[in-house]
Amino acid sequence: MPILSKEDALAIMKKALSYSKADECTVNLSGSEDGNIRYARNAVSTAGEQSQTSLGVTSSFGKRSGSATINEFDDASLEKVMRRSEELAKLAPENPEYMPLLGPQTFKESVNYNATTAGMNPDKRAEAVAKSLKVAKDASHEAAGFLSNSTDFNATMNSKGLFGYNKSTDVSFSITVRNREGTGSGYASKSYNDVSKLDTLALTKIASSKASMSAAAKAIEPGKYTVILEPLAASDMISTMFNGFDARNADEGRSYMSKKGGGTRLGEKLFDEKVTMYSDPLNPDLPFSTFSGDGRPQQKTVWVENGVVKKLAYSRYWAQQKGVEALPAANRIIMQGGNSSIDDMIKSTEKGILVTRFWYIRFVDPQTLLLTGLTRDGTFYIENGKVKFPIKNFRFNESPVIMLNNLEELGKAERVGNLIVPPMKIRDFTFTSLSDAV
Amino acid sequence: MRRRDFLQFAGLGAGAAMLQSIPVFGRDVSISESLTPVDTALKKRMADVALNAARSRGATYTDVRIGRYLNQFIVTRDKNIENTVNTESYGMGVRVIANGSWGFAATDKLDDDGIAQAAALAVQIAKENARLLTEPVQLAPQKGYGEVSWKTPMQKNAFEVPIKEKADLLLAVNDAALNNGASYMSSVLFLVNEQKYFASTDGSYIDQDIHRIWPAFFVTRVDAKSGKFETRQSLSAPMGMGYEYLQGNPKDQINSVTALYNKGYDMVADAKAAAKQAVEKITAKSVEPGKYDLILDPSHLWLTIHESTGHPTELDRVLGYEANYAGTSFLTLDKWESKKFNYGNKNVNIFADKTQQGSLGAVGYDDEGVKCKEWEIIKDGTLVNYQAIRDQAHILGLNESQGCCYADNWSSVQFQRMANISLRPGKVKLSPDDMIKNVEKGIYIIGDGSFSIDQQRYNFQFGGQLFYEIRNGKIVGMLKDVAYQANTQEFWNACSAIADERDYRLGGSFFDGKGQPGQSSAVSHGSSTTRFNGVNVINTARKL
Repeated sequence: MPILSKEDALAIMKKALSYSKADECTVNLSGSEDGNIRYARNAVSTAGEQSQTSLGVTSSFGKRSGSATINEFDDASLEKVMRRSEELAKLAPENPEYMPLLGPQTFKESVNYNATTAGMNPDKRAEAVAKSLKVAKDASHEAAGFLSNSTDFNATMNSKGLFGYNKSTDVSFSITVRNREGTGSGYASKSYNDVSKLDTLALTKIASSKASMSAAAKAIEPGKYTVILEPLAASDMISTMFNGFDARNADEGRSYMSKKGGGTRLGEKLFDEKVTMYSDPLNPDLPFSTFSGDGRPQQKTVWVENGVVKKLAYSRYWAQQKGVEALPAANRIIMQGGNSSIDDMIKSTEKGILVTRFWYIRFVDPQTLLLTGLTRDGTFYIENGKVKFPIKNFRFNESPVIMLNNLEELGKAERVGNLIVPPMKIRDFTFTSLSDAV
Repeated sequence: MRRRDFLQFAGLGAGAAMLQSIPVFGRDVSISESLTPVDTALKKRMADVALNAARSRGATYTDVRIGRYLNQFIVTRDKNIENTVNTESYGMGVRVIANGSWGFAATDKLDDDGIAQAAALAVQIAKENARLLTEPVQLAPQKGYGEVSWKTPMQKNAFEVPIKEKADLLLAVNDAALNNGASYMSSVLFLVNEQKYFASTDGSYIDQDIHRIWPAFFVTRVDAKSGKFETRQSLSAPMGMGYEYLQGNPKDQINSVTALYNKGYDMVADAKAAAKQAVEKITAKSVEPGKYDLILDPSHLWLTIHESTGHPTELDRVLGYEANYAGTSFLTLDKWESKKFNYGNKNVNIFADKTQQGSLGAVGYDDEGVKCKEWEIIKDGTLVNYQAIRDQAHILGLNESQGCCYADNWSSVQFQRMANISLRPGKVKLSPDDMIKNVEKGIYIIGDGSFSIDQQRYNFQFGGQLFYEIRNGKIVGMLKDVAYQANTQEFWNACSAIADERDYRLGGSFFDGKGQPGQSSAVSHGSSTTRFNGVNVINTARKL
């Protein structure tokens, strides 16, 4: 029941809209089935499944809007939710930024549903975790991990004839392996649209091997170092950048995309010329819905090309204010990779640091996008083209904007979480203190 | 918790990251519906259905939580009300022990069949999990309390205040900032009401009505000429109080270099001050990095206590249950067993409790039916205890739980969450002003800002909202670009003075995150203004 077909969704939404008495009305219908299993200290700690379906209605009279939701879809319930949204709309204050609804739009067929992933169940999750646990136990290590999968659908329909339907799946796995003495820790994490690509055994082997390799880490002085960021570490930094691509915040002077003296940095070369970033709802490894929450089509969008800012996101309201075309916010970013492998990058490094991942990243200064955080689960010293020894974790204070100007090499891009990013070699990355944490 | 239940508040501006992604769970509900509680006799009857169903299927212990979680959020931007949201989430979670193992299931189908099915599923899951069991659950004994109730002590239920009155207050707050130099202003009022009914096979039927309130704002000042902007967030604290928090009494205000607030908050006055301070920040002196004596106001220190004491003394982290997400802890069991690990110096006395009036953690009973209390964590600088729940108490040699169990919804399984963790005030009479008089080179920090700490809680870095330079016992002006870095043990060993109880105030968070899938918990941390000597301060300014 939670995952409705396009036809079933259409029928419920049409029925709901037939009760509308408002000037304008939007109906959203969505459902999900989620499953997860969690383990720690080499044993399963919790496991569960959840499902839900819900219908949301927004009614508007002039510039006054009200919303209501319901999870029952008989005729009486559909009429009740419609009446309630209309009552709330009449009580609401006027929204001066209200935009009239869009009429019919053309959306491409989305590609983000995978039947194998949708077929995950407690047995399959337990089987995947059993493989992971065996690796840790065989190595006399201790594993803690989390596997979760979701199947969702969402559909939107409005009183001006717009209709969109999307169905999607995702699976995520993360694993931390520690040695018994607590002196070494390793981590691996992957997300896919298609669960058949997930290999919990191989990922646990990576984490286990990092737990061994990172044991007995030495302390070295903090300072500016050349770093090689594995894709996980690179994604930790890159994922913080895209709130800044909102045109309104930039125009208002309160983002790193704001220009001195007013306006935005659209068209400026803000990063190294090797930096190209885009989003594409039809990318098979990182797909997403072909329509946005407010009913605009989502298309392939190049945000940064050869270091130049090519697009900023405009809400429909802000686009109207500025007389430009509206563009939905950046979603699931892909950063174009290069030809180096991590081994190549290590070989060409005289003195540097290999970083598995970062942790507890927080904004320090939104103006420069300065971030602080720490390395975690495998940090290694490189000298004369070779990994020499594990080092204690560092705290960094660095901006991804500055980092992407100090870019030396890029490797092959891969999906990490909800980004596709390459491993990267960066010069002058700023570490400010040491941590004893393992 | 499911991602798609989140209603994201949009449009609070790039700087307002803190306010931008507040998760709200549940369905929309009308105001009148939200003010009508569920009949206690009905809840007892439903609980008994679950207890009996689980027992008949072989559970040796069962607890039931019938939860009605109400949220109200009013969100503004400049002169507009952006959104008003009223949500309800209502259902039941059943947790059992069968064959020595935990099982949990939840349902929002609250007829007898739906309840019995959830109880049966919980038993089935427990029996399945028992096959992978290494050690059966050891539950600390807990006496039944019979039919009891508890309610947040408050004068005025904020849900009963008309929406318009609350919205008008926020618009007045925004005006106060916009008329005093703010370029942009966002403000929010968050209200939470947890109506929780707990029943267990120990013989407890506990009805609780818990209220929380958090007014917050975010001022931005843009200087177009220089292309710079500065922000200042509210100095309010989220509280376990009613609307009286916003109808502050002048005795709740402390007049320092800026007004500071205890159990009553003047939001309009703070907004006015914030706008002027955001303007002042634009031209404030950028800090010279180096060692400083820090004077930390409770509006700032709560977060340092939360991260450096609260988290590493959570027993599940110590044991490794959070290794894949939040991390483990440097306060390993051997340090506690030694009875001589000097977490801090003799000045440092830190206690846990779920009883302080006005605090976010205050409840009568936790989510496994344990009456709440107070206990020592750090005594005269030494680690003496952790935070534990019923199935962990035996690890510490305790014969009862410390009452730290919490679930953020009826559909989430309860687990160990942080109690209020607070620093005891100094015993000698000392005001913050007197403390500042003795500082040669220091920084007075007010309000919480950027925060980051490693996964075992050794190394941290904190920013703030307001920074004032102290030279030879006097505040000489405002600083900016300040963050301090320290190691937890070194930091608490550098604690040189603590103001007395007259200055004791609470800070806290609505959204302490933990677990996979993640759950939020609300927690307070009390302290008086405290001095730390010779802490490393860095300058955070960069050029793009």
